[in-house]
Amino acid sequence: MSAAEEVVEGHEMVEAVPKRAMTLGTGTSLVVLAALLIAPLFVKNFIIFQMTMLLIYGLAVLALNILTGGSGQFSLGQSAFYAVGAYTTAVLMEYFNVNYALTLPIAGVVCFGFGFLFGQPALRLSGVYLALATFALATAMPQLLKLNFLEHWTGGVQGLVVTKPDAPFGLPMSQDMWLYYFTLVVVIAIYIFAVNLLRSRSGRAFMAIRDNEIAASAMGVDVALYKTLAFGVSAAITGVAGSLGAIAVQFVAPDSFTINLAISLFLGMVVGGVGWLPGSFVGAAFIIFVPNIAEGISKGLSGAVFGVLLFLVIYLVPHGARQIAILGQQLAGKLKKN
Amino acid sequence: MELFTNQVLAGIATGAIYACMALAVVMIYQAIDHLNFAQGEMAMFSTFVSWQLMQWGVPYWGAFVITLVFAFVGGIAIERILFKPLAKAPILTNVAGFIALFAIINSSAGLIWDFTIKQYPTPFGSSPFLGSQLISTHQAGMIGVTLLLLVALYFFFQYTRIGLAMRAAASLPESARLVGINTSWMIALGWGMASAIGAIAGMLIAPVVFLEPNMMVGVLLYGFAAAVLGGLTSPLGAVVGGFLMGIFENLVGTYIPGVGNELKLPIALALIISVLVVKPAGLFGRQIVKRV
Repeated sequence: MSAAEEVVEGHEMVEAVPKRAMTLGTGTSLVVLAALLIAPLFVKNFIIFQMTMLLIYGLAVLALNILTGGSGQFSLGQSAFYAVGAYTTAVLMEYFNVNYALTLPIAGVVCFGFGFLFGQPALRLSGVYLALATFALATAMPQLLKLNFLEHWTGGVQGLVVTKPDAPFGLPMSQDMWLYYFTLVVVIAIYIFAVNLLRSRSGRAFMAIRDNEIAASAMGVDVALYKTLAFGVSAAITGVAGSLGAIAVQFVAPDSFTINLAISLFLGMVVGGVGWLPGSFVGAAFIIFVPNIAEGISKGLSGAVFGVLLFLVIYLVPHGARQIAILGQQLAGKLKKN
Repeated sequence: MELFTNQVLAGIATGAIYACMALAVVMIYQAIDHLNFAQGEMAMFSTFVSWQLMQWGVPYWGAFVITLVFAFVGGIAIERILFKPLAKAPILTNVAGFIALFAIINSSAGLIWDFTIKQYPTPFGSSPFLGSQLISTHQAGMIGVTLLLLVALYFFFQYTRIGLAMRAAASLPESARLVGINTSWMIALGWGMASAIGAIAGMLIAPVVFLEPNMMVGVLLYGFAAAVLGGLTSPLGAVVGGFLMGIFENLVGTYIPGVGNELKLPIALALIISVLVVKPAGLFGRQIVKRV
């Protein structure tokens, strides 16, 4: 193979999503919010638990979306940050009796540190090379959690049990319902933060890097800083999701955080639409409910049914749920004109 | 010292498999610019087909050839039916498609042949090679077949019209189309060849890891890692990367205390990433210069 240098036109991993198209309109947002607030009053505890998990996975997909849809970096290692967040919460609650709500920001900060540090060597890698590096992180994580010298803290293969919190102030709520509302508040806060982040100066820097790294750096964007920053923020949010996940599931063990989790989160992002923040929750619904539906259709072939359903989705809407939302918007616009 | 030579030789033998897999990965990567996550599952399915043929009484080499044809046609069919409609879709959507294909093949193989572990015959025999205690004839055979394959591919791409057309279609699709190359079929051909190469890797490794639907997951990981280490644009790099991976893996498992089987993969991957941080395009890859 010759050492000749080859010049290629920019070959983007992620298509540019206009800033306006990244969120829902105010009216729609309020309707969705109202639905999320009222829904648990009418359903059983198990369904409330599933809705909580949907919010949690949605948050993790959102974090990946900030990284990939925002700054154009592709990661298969989100499960590692999710695991770090979950273990931070479990260890703090188990050994230090820290209040569950306080563990969330701590998990966020710890994961931000991890993400930022991991972003340093990852700076030199892009595309598939970055995918492999993050993939390595995800495959290593369950093995690292099982290591002997960490066993004292992590509980080794057995993992740790987390107690589910009761509703405070004697509120007449089941534990599941309280946890749902608690999660909802955290998710809304982070969602608003994410929207504002992407609209801020830093967000514009992320998107400039995503669209054309060289042009961005020529315009004075500190590419290295913003790329690692995107990694850090994404890891921090994933960590918070992980720590909520640990509280909701009441259990952490190394094998809950395998590469399969990272792949699920990635699928959630694609199904929801890369770069479209509300799509994260649509994607989360896909990765939580579709495997169950597949199992229901055929036990032995559940994997195949899941694959076929996934193919159907990407044939019909290659750009994910975002495509449906855009179509809806156009329809609404036409109706208004008439 | 004897332990060291032993480990290196065993590493070369498993490395031959990784090299085959990496070759298949590079083939598809060259054709369509994607990493095919379902490559290992395609190889596993082909291996099961050859096993089934042998169960029906077909001799080894007969089954081998029929399987290669099956894999080649199957690879083309997958491209034509499943991935051609996605050609205009975003890259990440294609990756989701590979994951879907992975799930479909894995689950179907499990249903057809179930998850019990099966013995798979070797055509070379398992006696020591040339009276040496270091490697078996099967391992020597694996190395031989891989090298043969590499030479064949080299001649195919360097000296045949169709190989030249495939290279043209991969590097400059627009210009290739202008000189009358059917680039769309070149992509399909790339899929077929990658699938057949994967099938060879599967049939060679099956006697070592035994036959079951999840047999290729680990192999594919090493194959990817090897391809990336060698540089995704270079078939030779893929093969060298494969052998290096095999040797790395064995030496790390032997000499670093407390590693064992569990940590082999993470450590091997960490090594690769360290290499990539120094040489971001892999050992043999072309440095691609980007412009605005």
